Amino acid sequence: MVKNVYMDNAATTPVKKEVLDEMLPYFTEKYGNPSSIYRLGREGKAAIDDSRNKVANAIGANPKEIYFTSGGSEADNWAIKGVAFANKKKGNHIITSKVEHHGILHTCEYLERNGFDVTYLDVDENGIVDLKELEEAITDKTILISIMFANNEIGTIQPVKEIGEIAKKNGVFFHTDGVQAVGKIEIDVDDLNIDMLSMSAHKIYGPKGIGALYIRKGVKIHPHIHGGAQEKNRRAGTENVPSIVGFAKAIEMACENIDEHNKKLIKLRDKLIKDIANNISHVKLNGHPEKRLSNNVNFSFEFIEGEALLLSLDMVGVAGSSGSACTSGSLDPSHVLLSIGLPHEIAHGSLRLSLGDFNTEEEVDYVVENLITIVDRLRKMSPLYENVKEDK
Amino acid sequence: MYSEKVMDHFSNPRNVGEIENADGVGQVGNPKCGDIMKMYLKIEDDVIVDIKFKTFGCGSAIATSSMATELIKGKTIEEALKLTNKAVAEALGGLPPVKMHCSVLAEQAVKAALLDYSKKNGIEIEQLKDFDPDEDVHEH
Repeated sequence: MVKNVYMDNAATTPVKKEVLDEMLPYFTEKYGNPSSIYRLGREGKAAIDDSRNKVANAIGANPKEIYFTSGGSEADNWAIKGVAFANKKKGNHIITSKVEHHGILHTCEYLERNGFDVTYLDVDENGIVDLKELEEAITDKTILISIMFANNEIGTIQPVKEIGEIAKKNGVFFHTDGVQAVGKIEIDVDDLNIDMLSMSAHKIYGPKGIGALYIRKGVKIHPHIHGGAQEKNRRAGTENVPSIVGFAKAIEMACENIDEHNKKLIKLRDKLIKDIANNISHVKLNGHPEKRLSNNVNFSFEFIEGEALLLSLDMVGVAGSSGSACTSGSLDPSHVLLSIGLPHEIAHGSLRLSLGDFNTEEEVDYVVENLITIVDRLRKMSPLYENVKEDK
Repeated sequence: MYSEKVMDHFSNPRNVGEIENADGVGQVGNPKCGDIMKMYLKIEDDVIVDIKFKTFGCGSAIATSSMATELIKGKTIEEALKLTNKAVAEALGGLPPVKMHCSVLAEQAVKAALLDYSKKNGIEIEQLKDFDPDEDVHEH
């Protein structure tokens, strides 16, 4: 029997019922423009204030430091461009890493075309940046360090606190893309010396199209959208009240029982990793073995290609993702997998399975069972595999 | 994204495998780009009596290999040489633009196997005079 097994929770998650219930009244009943002075408007304004408190609470920030955006990519864009343009008199140098999300990398490339210098730090075979290299990369022109909290493809968690200390010591602003980390890692922006943090709702059972940028008081940054006075004149446009309310509920739920969530996810994750490694030969776990997100599993299966793997999994009702070139529309496999030193042909054969609150042990068994058959079938078809058998 | 025909040939590929003592074997593509096709031919009296393939690659790479083998099985060498990548793609009900190179690879694999056959048998095939099996079909 074909099941529906969703294991692509790093791509997006379903909206939880509790989240949707909080949102619904703001579409049809409490629809007022929060900038209006009558009761309907004030209700919307109050909902935003309450939501801002919840989001701030989840990361140990002051509500005045939370700015709602359309999601993680907008937050990334704003943080990088906003700081770059506001501080260009001080310097034009930005430091980031080679494994960032495209929301960061493509923004940095844009700035490079506009007079800024960007250093892209290498990572080791597990995907972690070298702190010494980071420190050495800082010059008197450096204005910003942006290193992601946890990687979306391989789940590796960066030494954020140490990076924050280095930034602080050198008087450089520190931004981190926390889209995958929020709700899975306890975050206190003061303790971790984070100046800016990008967040997204739809990775934590909230709606799509909403997120936030935490901007520490004192960070010199340009406004992002010019217009009305919303978000303290920094991000204009009538607020997306239902989504803001949904985001707040989602982050509250994700962060209130973070340890319990993680315990369940880690149990499933480790079972999935163990069962794949024990039952399928010529596989490699990508990402750090311990310093990894509680929900991330990323394997390379030698001699087969990722898209063929995904299509086969889809036929048995399993949703996953791949760093293969064929799924990205380009010819090169994932920049993250290449950065951790995987040869092209092995990067092409990668599979990411990201777990969520709704996955079960039974589903893990189902996925592994099918993976064994699928990998075997594709390898029997692969001319690369016959060479291996001959070698033995 | 893929047609039903592509999915059919991907999930139930025809003529997968190897031919022992094949009369012609051709391999094209490279693992760096994520696709390799290998074709085996059994030829009797200028007729391709059997053909098998092995492919490392994405869904459309597997489907185009399968379709190419189906299109030329039982055909004469002369007819097989006329196989174009477009014909393979059309027989599959079309391919997404980014996947057209898979059909080129399938055409090349057939030609590479025929070239190998011609070399082994000391025959010159006029149509393969300028054919280079190592040519890169990817637009880098």
